[in-house]
Order: sequence, then structure tokens, then C-alpha cells
Amino acid sequence: MTEAIKDLLYKIADDQLIIGHRNSEWTGLGPMLEEDIAFSSMAQDKVGQSLAFYNLLHDLGESDPDTVAFMRNANQFHNCQLVELPIGEYDFSLVRHFLFDHAEMIRFEMLSNSAVEEIAQLARKLVGEIRYHVMHADVWIKQLGVGDTRERLQKALEMALPYALGIFEESKYEQDLISNDIFSGEQALRDTWQSSITTVLTETELQLPDLTTLTPLIGGRYGDHSDHLQPLLDEMSEVFKVDPGADW
Amino acid sequence: MVITKEEILQWLQEVKDPEIPVLSLIDLGVITDVIIDNDHVTVKMTPTFAGCPAMDYMKKDVEDVLKKNGISKFEVVVSFEKQWNSNMISDDGRKALKEFGLAPPPRHNLYVDLDIIKYANCPNCGSDNTEMKTPFGPTLCRSLHYCNNCKEAFQQFKPL
Repeated sequence: MTEAIKDLLYKIADDQLIIGHRNSEWTGLGPMLEEDIAFSSMAQDKVGQSLAFYNLLHDLGESDPDTVAFMRNANQFHNCQLVELPIGEYDFSLVRHFLFDHAEMIRFEMLSNSAVEEIAQLARKLVGEIRYHVMHADVWIKQLGVGDTRERLQKALEMALPYALGIFEESKYEQDLISNDIFSGEQALRDTWQSSITTVLTETELQLPDLTTLTPLIGGRYGDHSDHLQPLLDEMSEVFKVDPGADW
Repeated sequence: MVITKEEILQWLQEVKDPEIPVLSLIDLGVITDVIIDNDHVTVKMTPTFAGCPAMDYMKKDVEDVLKKNGISKFEVVVSFEKQWNSNMISDDGRKALKEFGLAPPPRHNLYVDLDIIKYANCPNCGSDNTEMKTPFGPTLCRSLHYCNNCKEAFQQFKPL
């Protein structure tokens, strides 16, 4: 069962570390000061949250968080491909933020009842932080999902959705996690996510395509990534790798 | 020498939040337990926000205070066993925040929605006629607001 729990923790931690790094790329570039601060704050939250999960992994016998974060190659990361895509234009980053954070908030709400007490405690803590991220995304999706900006957001939505469906790629331990009440599973998460994003999108002029007609872009959970991840990891770990033993 | 939990909590009053130097860790609510086992002391702490970069400093400050008071066997444990929320800031803490110029977080029933976040009482003039500019501020635990009454911008310690 430990391997199943590790697999679950790795995908959450890696999602947060990578989306956190991508969010941080908006620092200094946001379309307005408030958005610059928002993406930077969310970046700091996400990276801090990933540390909490890497600490749980360390307790289960994995290497220390810095080694795990900075010394692995792309094919050892379990994040979904959605989070590793470049920030692109603001419309794409906003839509990704909306699709990802709704899923993440629901995942943590589900994990708040996990049979693994350490995971449940952490999830109960983080769900309040992520609620801020979701509220931020919803405010802007509602504001920009109508009128002149609608078309750009619609295009970004259609581009991002197949990747977003890759969030829910099932683990090879899926049934073990479900039957032991550790996690209710990706399919349950996806169903709740779909109704959650639909509620927001119906307040805009954006159209959610029929998701059953889309082919999810999967593989990330098993180390299969786009060409965008390795350059991100190289940049993120550049300073660390100059002297891995340095005491900061 | 017999030490008591009350004594240790008293010592820890001098440890302040490094970013809000008027607020002690006790009043902030991040010290969740003190356990004394013979001459060994365990202090349990929990972060306000998981990504708070001040956590390491606070932990070290707690260790320094224990050492300074002659405790040689101790452990400071940071965990999520008891999860922090902003209702855990004490009345003294709320007063200190206000005097420092930060609006204290409104109390809530543990489900923070947009209405709760938007509400802030101006720490300069006391008016409720304020608006939120953005839920993200200069640190993870602060949001930015504007007072329509005294026309001053101010920050709030975020409800969480």
C-alpha cells in the first residue's frame, strides 16, 4: 500500500511544484500589477504546498525534498502535462489556472476524508488556501469570458481542455486507493470537476465542448512528458546543481 | 528545577512574527502544544500558510528562547496535526494587528467565501465602507483594500 500512497503523493507534489514554477514566470510580466502579485503569490503557495507533500514522501523513505525536487529528470516526474506547458499569453495561463485549480480544490476536499490521517490533515489545511486561487480564477473568467475578450478565452479553453483531462489519468494503484478509502479516485474527481467548471462557465459566454468527444492527453502520471518539461527543470535546478551540498 | 507549560508559554510570548513584529507566535495561534516529559520539552508549531517563508525563522527563534531559558533537551516540531486558521488569532493578537495598521481577519465558520474576504474594517478610521482591491498582497497572509471613508489604502490579515 505504501507504493500506492507514494504514487498519489508524487503526482500531487509534482503538479504543484511545476505549476508553481510556471506561475512564478508571471512575476514582473503580469498584464497589471494586481495580476503580477496574484500569480506570484499563487506560485509561492503552490511551491510551499509541494514541499509539504515532499515532506510526507520523505517520511515514507523517499529522499529529502530538495533532492527530489531538483535532481530528478523529466521522465521521473508524475505531473500532468497541463502544468508543464509554457505560460503563453495571459488568456492561456488564466484558463489553465481555472481548469487546474478547480480540480485541485476538489481533490483536496476529497482527500480531507482520507483514511491516511497525515494526508487528511494536510488536505484540510490546504483546501482553504486553494479556495483563494479558485476564487481568483472565477472572478477573471467571469469578467473576461464575455464581450470582446470571449473569443480569445474560448480558443485558450479549447486548446487547454485535452490537457486538462490528462489531470485525471488513473494510477496503476487506482483500485487499491479507492477500496482502502485513501482517495475516491480520478473518475469521481473528474465528474465533480466538470460540474464545478460548468457552473462558472454558464455565467459567461464561453462554450464548454462535449468532453466525451475529446481525447485526453495523458502519460504525464507515468513520466511521459512534452518537450517543455526538461528545459523547465534545467532552469529550476540550475543554481542548486552548481553546488548541491551548499548550506543556504 | 521544575518547569511548567505555563512558564514556557510565557517565554514564547517574546517570539514575534518576523513580518509583523508586534504579534507573538502565541497570539498568532501557531504554537499548538507544549509537552513536558521530565526534562525534555517538545513545542509543536503549525504554519499559517504552507508556503510561509518565515516558518524556519520562527522555529529557530523558538529554539533560541528555549536555550536562553536553560532548556537543553528540546524539540520543535512543525506539523499539520492541528491545522491553523485565522480564528486562532487571539483577541490580544487582533488588537496588536490593528495598532500595527493591519486589519484583523474577520471571524468565520471555517468556510471562507468571497463575501467574507471582501469585508474589512479600516484600521485607520474604523469604517466598514471599504472595498477589496485584490485578495493577494505583499505577503501570503495579506490582502489589499481601500477605505472609501478616509481614502486610505490598507492591508488585511487574510481570513483563512
